[in-house]
Amino acid sequence: MTESQRVIIVGAGHNGLVCAAYLARAGRQVLVLEAADQVGGAAVTREFAPGFRVSACAHLLYLLDAGISRDLDLAGHGLKLARGSLRTVALAAEGEHLVLDGGRVAAGPLGAADGAALAEFHHRMQRFARVLAKQHNRRPPRIAGGGRSELMAAALLGFDIRRLGRDDMREFLRIAGTNIFDILEESFASPQLKGALALDAVLGTNLGPRSNNSMLTLLHRLSGNTAPGLPVGGMGAVTAALAAAAQRAGVTVRTSSPVARITLAGDRVSGVELESGETLAAGTVVSNADPVRTLLTLVGARHLEAGFAQRVHHLRAKGTAAKLHLALDRLPEFSRLAAEQVGERLVIAPDPVYVEHAFDHSKYGQSSTAPVLEITIPTVHDASLAPAGKHVLSAVVQYAPYIAGTGADADARRSQFLERVLAVLETYSPTLRQHLIAAELLMPADLEREFRLTGGHWHHGELALDQFLMLRPVPGAAQYAMPIGGLYLCGAGCHPGGGVMGSAGGNAARAVLAAERSR
Amino acid sequence: MTPDMTHKEHFRTAVYQTPFHPRTAALNVLNVWHRWKDYTVADAYFDTPLEYAAIRNACAVFDLSPMTKHRITGPDALAFLNRLVTRDVAKIRPGRVGYCVWCDDNGQVIDDGTLFHLRDGDYRLCSQERQLDWLSRSALGFDVSIVEDTHAVAALAFQGPTTCAVLKKMGLAGVETLTPFGIGYFPFAGGELLVSRTGFTGDLGYELWIEPSRALALWDALFAAGADYGIRPMGTHALEVSRIEAGFVQAGMDFLPADSAVRVDRTRSPFELDLGRLVDFNKPNFTGRRALLEEQKKGSRFRLVKLDIAGNKLAKAAYIYDRNDAHKTVVGTVTSAVWSPAAKANIALATLTMPAGLPGAELWAEIYYQRELKWDKVMARCRVVEGAFFDPPRRRATPPGDF
Repeated sequence: MTESQRVIIVGAGHNGLVCAAYLARAGRQVLVLEAADQVGGAAVTREFAPGFRVSACAHLLYLLDAGISRDLDLAGHGLKLARGSLRTVALAAEGEHLVLDGGRVAAGPLGAADGAALAEFHHRMQRFARVLAKQHNRRPPRIAGGGRSELMAAALLGFDIRRLGRDDMREFLRIAGTNIFDILEESFASPQLKGALALDAVLGTNLGPRSNNSMLTLLHRLSGNTAPGLPVGGMGAVTAALAAAAQRAGVTVRTSSPVARITLAGDRVSGVELESGETLAAGTVVSNADPVRTLLTLVGARHLEAGFAQRVHHLRAKGTAAKLHLALDRLPEFSRLAAEQVGERLVIAPDPVYVEHAFDHSKYGQSSTAPVLEITIPTVHDASLAPAGKHVLSAVVQYAPYIAGTGADADARRSQFLERVLAVLETYSPTLRQHLIAAELLMPADLEREFRLTGGHWHHGELALDQFLMLRPVPGAAQYAMPIGGLYLCGAGCHPGGGVMGSAGGNAARAVLAAERSR
Repeated sequence: MTPDMTHKEHFRTAVYQTPFHPRTAALNVLNVWHRWKDYTVADAYFDTPLEYAAIRNACAVFDLSPMTKHRITGPDALAFLNRLVTRDVAKIRPGRVGYCVWCDDNGQVIDDGTLFHLRDGDYRLCSQERQLDWLSRSALGFDVSIVEDTHAVAALAFQGPTTCAVLKKMGLAGVETLTPFGIGYFPFAGGELLVSRTGFTGDLGYELWIEPSRALALWDALFAAGADYGIRPMGTHALEVSRIEAGFVQAGMDFLPADSAVRVDRTRSPFELDLGRLVDFNKPNFTGRRALLEEQKKGSRFRLVKLDIAGNKLAKAAYIYDRNDAHKTVVGTVTSAVWSPAAKANIALATLTMPAGLPGAELWAEIYYQRELKWDKVMARCRVVEGAFFDPPRRRATPPGDF
């Protein structure tokens, strides 16, 4: 096999590894280059305090594609859930906590009307989310041109929506682009319930509950159709299993090999150049890096059409989610929460207006004074992550606006926000600080640096209608193949987007193979 | 980019006068004006045919100041320009001018213009349309400065066989050594006069570029030196006759700038404007390259042709047919038409749908014309002309004759 037939994959995130595994199984010679010293990208487990390990970016698994998991035999390669189907506990500062188990109220103060409405809402959202789920492993259709097959693909999407039936279709089209706040207001009375659902919708996005598209992000979150779970060994175990599957298929993985640029020969890629100066030839380069980093940094705007480069430049990818890691000398106590429920998914979003107010600050470049949190304590289910008897608290915290840069200002912003987050946590767990051994807070700029996410955005670009399906990441690049011959994207910046799903990687592999067949 | 607030009162002036206005207004005995990119300029001064006659037989002065001008500098100026336009800018050496087109991502022409390599790495791009927006957007990833300095540069087109003699008489020593598309700098009235051997008439001629404060002095010196050489002011109408004779395309007439088109089949590629010679696939990437390579493979949709039309009826906006009987089909339309005094022919530029328009092909123009308010129609045989309709040797001769 010559070097021009080699496929280089830039980045060993979950999508890069899925893509690599599928290409190797189809007989391609695949080399995966990872900048960090271990595989995983944003699905990674690492130490943050001596003896304490945590899923350093994504911390819950609920979107991983079942077909990919089966195809690559991830269970056979060591992936095991410490706990599947976590319940959601909507913490109350005063009074009873509300415990949700999918569309069912497991415990807590919810009126009969809200209970019935929740069941109906849940089922309807599941039906809508299935429409999205059906698109996950399909290549989005081209908007213009491309002939019959593109028209068929577009028709299929329309057909999936039509098949919801008249009432559901009308409702789907009514709410798909709208905001979660209005939908919650018309559906429920309980602020606690509305707050928890609002948080689900805006988690990891640069949206407040009143922002358009926050309904779509909720549906996207639900489209995995599984309740959140915790892998044994953290999220790094998912990518470790993927790497094992890929290596079994013949993939070579090199860590600590950051790519400086993607090299071109005329109108095609010719390989990559590492930061070390080493050059590696390849006829196909698939990038798991985000679209902005791939196209504007690794390739460079000058090698693209000016209009296309502008569209990439204007990709909305500003993260507002920070990541909190606490090392604790014992299991924390939460007021009025039974010890056996501390290991569930705890959310601090007491009502949707609270969430919106938290978002308001970030609109003007400030961190929330009263942030919202999604908390897990994985050590309840997986003792391997901390020394015996000790615990790890991992939380997604919003909102901290993306502000580029390091140094004293960044440090001040980080410590100020950490103080606020701990203060909020203390209202629910007054003794928390007494048990604190170490704390780490990753602001969006820190996430950008550590995980090489442009703008610190978890999804490689905002999930919104203007960056969805055939518009993701930008028109002209939504079918995984980039305008430069032999260059592909395979990350969360592509359809179907973020969440540890793997579908983008699988779809990209199919696009590479389809292009080879038609060449 | 910090907004320039020094001109924040700009909206109080609806239409600008050019730096030459005191002179052009005095000479505009017909008092006919039109608006060109927010400046008022003369359609004609005294008589279009006589103004045209000055271009071809003596010398004529055209106020070019409203031409959109951009100054492009910085370490990446060359790389930026090479990514912008379709031809190889590296071949335009300092002191030279190149005619260029630039395209959108789909290889459709946004505009054409002249690129002046003023001094090493210092460029001026002149365009028909305002291009600051597209230039700025194209600058992503380049270390380059782009300034639109239309207001800061006064310019005259000075065209015709006696122009070189006049410039020499004005004291521009060595101006006769300028070759076509060459640039020269001459001291003038305590400043610097930039002379380029360029123009839009297809004749011997120059364009003169100067600071606005010295514009009137330039005009006066030119007319004083040209008094014995038949110097005349010329308006847009006379220039239009000569540019069609030269076979030059005009944005907004012969093609629609791609960024203002709504319908996909309204735009044109360089190949479709008979400007394929300006596309260089052997240079680094440029915007539209991939689409143009694709077009080369698949074939173009349109062809721009020069037509010599039988008779003397002006073929303005005429339909072009492939034959003249009951089975005739429309194969295109005329975009520019004029009676050419120099070629003594009824000429036109037309866009035809491929594959129509090969040299020697049978073509007919359906011309509607009016006589004493009565409309009539004639079918006129057309001949495809290769090369310019009028292309005098003096256009290229260096040094030019004194005539």
